[in-house]
Amino acid sequence: MKYAGLIWGALYRKPVRSALTLASLFIAFLLFGLLHSVSVAFSQGISFSGVDRLIVAPKYSIIDDIPLSYSRQIKSVDGVELIAHQSWFGGTYQDNKQFFPRWPVPPKEFMEVYPELMMPDEQREAFINTRTGAIIGKDLAESYGLKVGDKIPLIADIWVNKDNGPWIFDLVGIFEAGDDSISIDQMFMNYAFFDEYRQDSQGGVGTFVIRISDPDRTAAIAAEIDAMFANSADETKTTTEKAYNQMFANQIGDIAFIMTGILSAVFFTILLLTGNTMSQAIRERIPELAILKTIGFTNISVLFIVLAESLLIALVGCIPGLVIAHLLIPGLAGAAPFFEAVEITPTIYLQGIGLALLLGILVGLPPALRAMRLNIVDALGEHAT
Amino acid sequence: MAETLIDVNEVSKVYHRGNMEIPVLEELILSVDEGDFLALMGPSGSGKTTLLNLIGGLDQPSHGSITIGDEHIDQLSQGQLANWRSRNVGFVFQFYNLLPVLTAQKNVELPLLLTNLSTAERKKRAQAALAVVGLEDRSNHRPSELSGGQEQRVAIARAIVSDPALLVCDEPTGDLDRATADEILELLQVLNKEYGKTIVMVTHDPKAAEFANRSLHLDKGRLASAEAA
Ligand SMILES: Nc1ncnc2c1ncn2[C@@H]1O[C@H](COP(=O)(O)OP(=O)(O)OP(=O)(O)O)[C@@H](O)[C@H]1O
Ligand SMILES: [Mg+2]
Repeated sequence: MKYAGLIWGALYRKPVRSALTLASLFIAFLLFGLLHSVSVAFSQGISFSGVDRLIVAPKYSIIDDIPLSYSRQIKSVDGVELIAHQSWFGGTYQDNKQFFPRWPVPPKEFMEVYPELMMPDEQREAFINTRTGAIIGKDLAESYGLKVGDKIPLIADIWVNKDNGPWIFDLVGIFEAGDDSISIDQMFMNYAFFDEYRQDSQGGVGTFVIRISDPDRTAAIAAEIDAMFANSADETKTTTEKAYNQMFANQIGDIAFIMTGILSAVFFTILLLTGNTMSQAIRERIPELAILKTIGFTNISVLFIVLAESLLIALVGCIPGLVIAHLLIPGLAGAAPFFEAVEITPTIYLQGIGLALLLGILVGLPPALRAMRLNIVDALGEHAT
Repeated sequence: MAETLIDVNEVSKVYHRGNMEIPVLEELILSVDEGDFLALMGPSGSGKTTLLNLIGGLDQPSHGSITIGDEHIDQLSQGQLANWRSRNVGFVFQFYNLLPVLTAQKNVELPLLLTNLSTAERKKRAQAALAVVGLEDRSNHRPSELSGGQEQRVAIARAIVSDPALLVCDEPTGDLDRATADEILELLQVLNKEYGKTIVMVTHDPKAAEFANRSLHLDKGRLASAEAA
C-alpha cells in the first residue's frame, strides 16, 4: 500500500501526543480484555435453561406430599408441556456420612423434563425399563467406585418397605449434566418400584416439575395451577425452578452490567479524548492536507487517508492492549484462582478489534469529513497570513 | 512563434463573504506562451494569488474561460481538476509546504503516488528530481533538518517530479534572504531555459522579477501595465 508511509507518518508527527493517545488506548483495551473476559467467564457457567421449568410443591411444608393424581389436571393447563415429579427418599448408604440426595422419579418423564441429564441411550432405556433401576451422577460413581450393574443398598429412614429390609437398587446408568442447572451429586430411582414397595403413602409425590412452553407466562401458569388446588386438602405453591439459581444468575447479570458500565465509561472518555486529539491534529495539518489536494489528491482520497490514520492509531493501541491482557491473566490466576476460568478467547480478540475499528471510525470520521471538504484556496490562504 | 499555453479569457472572480460580494478580478485577459517565464507583480490584495490559483486549477473563475494547452479547465469538475493538476501543474509556495514527517525523497515522491509507477520507479524519479535541484545527497533528511532554501528546493523537486509543462510559483522567495533567493531564482531560470518549463511566478520583489522573461502588473483586479523585462 503506497500510502502507508504517509499514514504511518501520522504517528511520528507529535511523538509525545501520539504516545499519550496510544497509552490511553492501550489501557482502555487492556481493561477491555480483562474486564470483558472476566464477565464472559462469570456468565459462562450459568444456565438459564431452568427458567422454563416450574416446581409445584406442597403449599405449607416440604415434608407434605401431593397426590400424583394432580398430574392430569396440571397437564391440562394451557402452556404446560411436560410433567414429571420427584420425592425425597432420604435413607442411608453405607453410613450416615455418605450423604447425597436420592429421589424416586418417573424415569421417562423425568429425563424429558431434564434433557440436560446426559447418559448413553442404552442406559436411558435400562432406567426406563428396570423396575429397580437407579442412576447416579458421574462424580458419585467415581468416589464410591460404583459401575453399571452394581447393586446399591439403602437403609430406609422415612420410607420403610414392605419387607422391612434394605432397599436394593440396581445401578443402570451413570449420568453427566449438560450444564449446571442440575446437580450431578444425586441419585434417581424408579418411582414405580418405590411407590409399590413402600408401606404407606402410595400415590403421593414430593413435588411436580413441569416444563412450560413460554417462559414469559410463568406467573400466569403458576397462578392457574395453584388456583386449581386452592381450598383442597393439598394446596400447592408453584415457583420457578431453582429460585436460588435464578437469583444467582441475576447477580451475575449485575456483575456483567457493572463491567459493561465501567467499560462504557472508559470508552466514552477515550472517545472524547482521542476525538479531541484527532480534531486538533487535523486542524494543525490543514496546510499539509491542502498541499495534498493541490498536488492532485482527490477529496475522497484525503478522507480515506485521515480515516486510515485514525483506524491505525486505534489498532496500534488496541492490539497490544489485548495481547498484554492475554499474557497477564495466567499471572492473575496465581493471585486469584478465579482467573483460571478467565480466558481471552478469539471472540474477545475479534470484539476488541471490532471495537477499535468502531472507535477509529467514530473518532476519525468528523476530521476526515472536514479534511475532505477543505477548500484548497482558503486553506493555503490561511497559512500565508 | 511559440504556441500559447495559457489563455485566460475575460475572467472575473468574485468572492462571497456572507452576503458581501468581493470582486477580485474583472474581465482579465492574459496569454502566456509555452516556455515563457512570467513574473506577476502588484500591490498586496490586487489578486495575484487569485489569478495564479485560477491558472493552476486550484479554483474556478466566476466568469470567463481558462484554457491550458487543450484543456478548458473552467469546465472540469473538482475531481477532474485534481486529476488534471496532478499531471500538468507543479506548485511552489512561499512556505514550501512540505510534509514534516516525510523525508525529502518521500515528499518529492508524493505526486507520484497518484500514478501507477512502481516503488522503484517512483524512487528513481524522485532522486532524479532531487538531483536537478542539487539535493541528491539530502534525500533522507526531514524538512526540519534542512535550511529554508533547501526546503524550497525540495518543494521545487516535488513540483517537477511528474514532469508538468507548467510551474506556478507564489512568492517562492518571499521567505528567503537575498542570496538564497537568487539561487532559487537561478534554479527556476534553469528549469525554464533547459527543461522548457513554462513558469508563472508571483512576486513582490522587483529583483526577483528580473529573472523572468517578462513582468505583468496587476492592480485592483486588472492588468495595469505590461513591460518586457
Ligand atoms: N478565499 C477568499 N475569500 C474571500 N476573499 C478572498 C479570498 N481570497 C482572497 N480574497 C480577497 O481577494 C483579494 C485578492 O486576494 P489575493 O490573495 O489574490 O491578493 P494578492 O495579490 O495575492 O495579495 P498578497 O500580495 O498580499 O498575497 C483580497 O482582497 C482578499 O481579501
Ligand atoms: Mg498572494
